Amino acid sequence: MSFVTIFYVILFYLAAIILFVGLGYRIYEYAIIPAPLKIPTPPAPKTIQGVAARLIREVVFFESLFSATKWTWLFGWLFHFALLLAAFRHLRYFTDPVWGWVSWEIVQAAGHYGGYVMVFGLFGLLSRRIFVDRVRYISSPSDYLMLILIIGIAVSGLMMKWFQTDIVAVKQFFLGLMYFKWAELPTDLVLLVHLSLVALLMIIFPYSKLLHAPGLFFSPTRNQTDTSRDQRHISDWAKKIESQK
Amino acid sequence: MAVKEFEKPTLKDYTSIPSVEKDATSHLAPFKSKEEFQSSLGYPGELVDNWQEIALDKMGDLLKKYRSLRVYLDSCMQCGACTDKCHYYLGTKDPNNMPVGRQNLMRGVYRRYFTLPGKYLPKLVGAVDFTKEVLDEWYSYYHQCSQCRRCAVFCPIGIDTAEISMAAREIMDSVGVGQKYCNEIIGKVHKIGNNLGLPEPALANTLEGLEEDVKDEINIDVKFPLDVKDSDVLLITPSADFFAEPHVDGLIGYAKVFHQAGISWTLSSHASEAANFGMFIGSYDNMRKLALRIREAALELNVKRIIFGECGHAWRVAYSFLNTLAGPFDFLDSRYPVPQHICELTYDLMNRNVLKFDKSANDDMTLTYHDSCNVARASNMGDILGGQFSVPRDIIKATVNNFYDMEEESIKEKTYCCGGGGGLLTDDLIELRMKGALPRMEALKRVVDDHGVTHMAAICAICKSQFSKAFQYYGFELDQIISLHQLVGNALIMNKKEL
Ligand code: SF4
Ligand code: SF4
Repeated sequence: MSFVTIFYVILFYLAAIILFVGLGYRIYEYAIIPAPLKIPTPPAPKTIQGVAARLIREVVFFESLFSATKWTWLFGWLFHFALLLAAFRHLRYFTDPVWGWVSWEIVQAAGHYGGYVMVFGLFGLLSRRIFVDRVRYISSPSDYLMLILIIGIAVSGLMMKWFQTDIVAVKQFFLGLMYFKWAELPTDLVLLVHLSLVALLMIIFPYSKLLHAPGLFFSPTRNQTDTSRDQRHISDWAKKIESQK
Repeated sequence: MAVKEFEKPTLKDYTSIPSVEKDATSHLAPFKSKEEFQSSLGYPGELVDNWQEIALDKMGDLLKKYRSLRVYLDSCMQCGACTDKCHYYLGTKDPNNMPVGRQNLMRGVYRRYFTLPGKYLPKLVGAVDFTKEVLDEWYSYYHQCSQCRRCAVFCPIGIDTAEISMAAREIMDSVGVGQKYCNEIIGKVHKIGNNLGLPEPALANTLEGLEEDVKDEINIDVKFPLDVKDSDVLLITPSADFFAEPHVDGLIGYAKVFHQAGISWTLSSHASEAANFGMFIGSYDNMRKLALRIREAALELNVKRIIFGECGHAWRVAYSFLNTLAGPFDFLDSRYPVPQHICELTYDLMNRNVLKFDKSANDDMTLTYHDSCNVARASNMGDILGGQFSVPRDIIKATVNNFYDMEEESIKEKTYCCGGGGGLLTDDLIELRMKGALPRMEALKRVVDDHGVTHMAAICAICKSQFSKAFQYYGFELDQIISLHQLVGNALIMNKKEL
């Protein structure tokens, strides 16, 4: 195997471990920290089903963001939705045989055009950081770099349209990673850039604001039921205080 | 220290988003608490020498106790959606009063000491050392947040800046930097039972005076009972209701409702305060101790129900936290929710036709209604979805002929804070309070201009006091703010039935 292949094999194993272990550990941490008080914001649902519906509306439509600012909502929602489409398209590199619906023309095309939409949304978000004085004030270097990193991923991905690479070999490489039958990775520059940036994103995920993804599900203002009068809600540490006195 | 003159904001026809003006209110900070009040709450009297170490320990401790704090410090993507949602930013233009700006003061420290990138690449992620300057900034800006949670409604992740402000105040208290106004008041409640430090004989005296006043006015013996055992209802109301205008007219309204419905009720001298400032300083311990007084009073007086008077944050603590802090309340009558709000009582009696109103008694006024932040965004009424908005409005509509809501963006869950909540209702923060009232004043001005609104009703003691000041400041009349139960009291058709 070539040096490049070995490098990327190690890189992706490392990135995957950091992503999954790191994220799993974060989720574990969030899950065990208690929420000692009931703090849901209105309209607060009374039931678990209501909470599920609320979270689904937040995840699918970005409901709160929509009520807050239409531009950020537009750019943010387009970016995330297009990211999902692009992810669907990429499933063909990880499944063998390729799942039926992934190979549908429409899914593949949507994934491709989704790439352009992603770039559009990301530049929208970047321009808000640059031109809206309030957003500029709160932006740290990492906020810009994060957008630039994802723009880099999207653009390098789209560029492969012109700088064709051997996608069958790429697929062999990733299947090889999954089943421990390592295969050569083509060494086209654009591909290598694309893959490096993706690995970098995976590595920083558990240490960055990308934690907003699991965070939403653990946000007490959004995931609690409004049942404080009907049921006593008490955390373990508060119970200990009670038994002390 | 005299309060410096400051530039008065002008009321515009629409609420506009100002450009960022760095450090516009960095000079504002409330007076610090003195040693005696600090120690009565279990905090050091002044800034301790190794404060940084203790503060970081406390922060680590809170991060393990409050999921909100941990998740909210991690999850903000600095998207900016909240930046124009805080009334203090709109009124002061200071970027640290943007909710995310305020959070970042703590987030910078959190990242520096509790996260990997902050430890090794602080500049990249906006992490900062916890220096004395940063602590001073905390003290200033975490006391420029009324914990109103308007930002939390709009944030895509639901990040609640109030949770962060509360944690910051708890951390500061733990190293000896407390706020005078809050901590003095909490000390008084621990010692005497209410925010005013009003002892039992004085309270009894005041209530007698009220009985006489009402008797003189309507020639009916409406009682204001104190410490009467075996009453049906224990009324817990903010102590401002005993004295302040327009609060006291609300108290008279509740008494008339109880009288007319034939419900026996009592106040308690042990728990003569609905307010719970323990929440403002983020102290579970203090909040719990204050809440336990209510439980003790209910047991002692052997009542069947607990009802809260008009107070915003008190209703938050009552509705959302009381069961947690001082429950279970299985010794009370299980047919009623514990606790109830006075509006829930009136609403129910009104719907059952126990109370009848003559709306024309309020015809000299045209009303609008201010949703108090803690009622609107942290509670419910009547177990109806959105009941905290509809129940008070339905009562107003049943008792007055002329009512107009302010514009959608400024009411219900999007209501603007009065500018004086969260433990900031003190004269040393008058500049902040007046500037923070701006968005509400602008929305009010529009219904005054468009519909000839003459009065604004509220159900929060802090709102009422704050608006009395802000109204004068912005060219309205002091008495244009009134208690909701004043409307009820005016319109209630009373017969001479005696208890
Ligand atoms: S809206 Fe929420 S995620 Fe966005 S900047 Fe504000 S606090 Fe952060
Ligand atoms: S809780 Fe209210 S006062 Fe505090 S930052 Fe949010 S909007 Fe501003």
